[in-house]
Amino acid sequence: MPQIKKIATRQSYGEVLAELGEENKNIVVLDADLSGSTKTSIFAKKFPDRFINCGIAEGNMAAVAAGLAAAGKIPFMSSFAMFAVGRAFEQIRNSICLPGLNVKICASHAGVSVGADGGSHQCLEDIALMRMMPNMVVMSPSDDVEARAAVRKAVEIDGPVYIRLGRLAVPVINDYPEYKFEFGKGQLLRSGSDVTIVTTGLCVDSALKADVMLRAAGVKADVINICTIKPLDEEIILRSAAKTGKVLVVEEGFAVGGLGSAVTELLCDKLPTRVKRVGLSTFGESGEADELLAFYHLDADGIFAETIEFIKK
Amino acid sequence: MNNLQLQIHANDVRKGVITSTNEAGSGHPGGSLSCTDILTYLYFEEMNVDPENPKDPQRDRFVLSKGHAAPALYSVLAQRGYFSVDLLKTLRKFHSDLQGHPSMHHLPGLEMSTGSLGQGFSAAVGMALAAKMDKADWRVYTILGDGEIEEGEVWEAAMLAANHGLNNLVALVDNNNLQIDGAITDVNSPYPIDEKFKAFRWHVINIDGHDFDKIRAAYQEAREVKDRPVCIVAKTVKGKGVSFMENQVGWHGKSTNAEEYKVAMQDLERIGEELCRR
Repeated sequence: MPQIKKIATRQSYGEVLAELGEENKNIVVLDADLSGSTKTSIFAKKFPDRFINCGIAEGNMAAVAAGLAAAGKIPFMSSFAMFAVGRAFEQIRNSICLPGLNVKICASHAGVSVGADGGSHQCLEDIALMRMMPNMVVMSPSDDVEARAAVRKAVEIDGPVYIRLGRLAVPVINDYPEYKFEFGKGQLLRSGSDVTIVTTGLCVDSALKADVMLRAAGVKADVINICTIKPLDEEIILRSAAKTGKVLVVEEGFAVGGLGSAVTELLCDKLPTRVKRVGLSTFGESGEADELLAFYHLDADGIFAETIEFIKK
Repeated sequence: MNNLQLQIHANDVRKGVITSTNEAGSGHPGGSLSCTDILTYLYFEEMNVDPENPKDPQRDRFVLSKGHAAPALYSVLAQRGYFSVDLLKTLRKFHSDLQGHPSMHHLPGLEMSTGSLGQGFSAAVGMALAAKMDKADWRVYTILGDGEIEEGEVWEAAMLAANHGLNNLVALVDNNNLQIDGAITDVNSPYPIDEKFKAFRWHVINIDGHDFDKIRAAYQEAREVKDRPVCIVAKTVKGKGVSFMENQVGWHGKSTNAEEYKVAMQDLERIGEELCRR
């Protein structure tokens, strides 16, 4: 079996950002002393005059980015999701979203797959915090190909965008000739009528692996990848829910407030359907990424088990 | 423009502050009146701005970091001709463009949405960085409250501005010595303000914020500084110009009743008449 290529979405971000810097001179990049980890260092090396290291001061960074945007720049600001979104939440709300300024927040190290750094560094609430705000677009790419496309799309959007990126190298699943990134559209990756699995980020690959196991057990699932969490592709979810009547949402974050909540809200409003949300209800802890993903049922085995239990009821 | 003309404009701006907050039934007259002279100087003398062309890319930028002084900013913008003075009466009303705190897309002349303290200062630093990147000549001005600088973000921004040698940025601290809960020395004193900014590698100038000679000299001195941002610490009087508001902590965030409004306007009319007799 050929080796599957694995790339962390933060790496994809860093590389495409450096390409974009060439194409668009208005792009400026801010970081808060984590440029080696968020991979904005690639841009910094190439365009030192358009890179601002704000030091360990994320709140200030967000409002400085707002000022740059007000002066016509296209600022990308990066840090770990915990600090970019958590520490700077109010600056993002009041200085970026309220005036609708053209700032792109690309945060790495989201979710439990951060691993050994533990609960303090595993951001589980970024999707909830970002999607609740008017004016904010939220994207959560599943692999290298999708991450590159999402970052490129962010430049085209005139307004605030949040992109969730991971630390862990993840399999490239979208590297095929017919692939086309469609902003605001979910991707139906597998088709079945027994259950719908909606997922995002690195859980997409796990869901595809779980699907193989489910099919072997005679369960056919719709597997839907949601990269654009906001605005949500309502149609793809409603169509699938109407077909299967059972929707399982899997995400590497709190089960409250994130994609699971977005899907639940939609179905509640338009097509009441049984929903099960798979995510965390506690803070994370130290460990290897694969150990943690398994513990929280976010790997293939976990998604398989959750799905079987869900459809039995 | 000579000092007398500036004083007359400032007095008219003050009338706008009192009238608009009185009509609104709320707002922040005290901290608006303390920075009125400075705002008047900035808009009538210092800054390269044109109400006829408010989006000119080469214009100077102003950010009111102490966004609660919006009544003063709106009043000075109206006096300067950005919009009708009549509009001031809609302050804080439903669907008005004169939001309780500045909302940048609502009115010409507003460069940044502010109100949450500390953030406007950061945004001003971002604007000054943008001007430097573009090798543009436009300058950035901001006004902070003395209570506002209790926010940690202010010092994050101050550090960054100094590290980038932003000599195109002039921040003024409106040092009226009062915040909502009382004297700043009683709440959580930020003193010494000048020494703190010096320690953060800013060029610091101390002035009386109601003396137009001093205000003028300070902003002129700021233009000569080549390697660092400039902080003007302006001693001011909260509620300046209205007898019963001056240095009173209670006038941070409330408006006049009918009787108080009458007295306040009489105070300002009298000051205006005295100025006109000169």
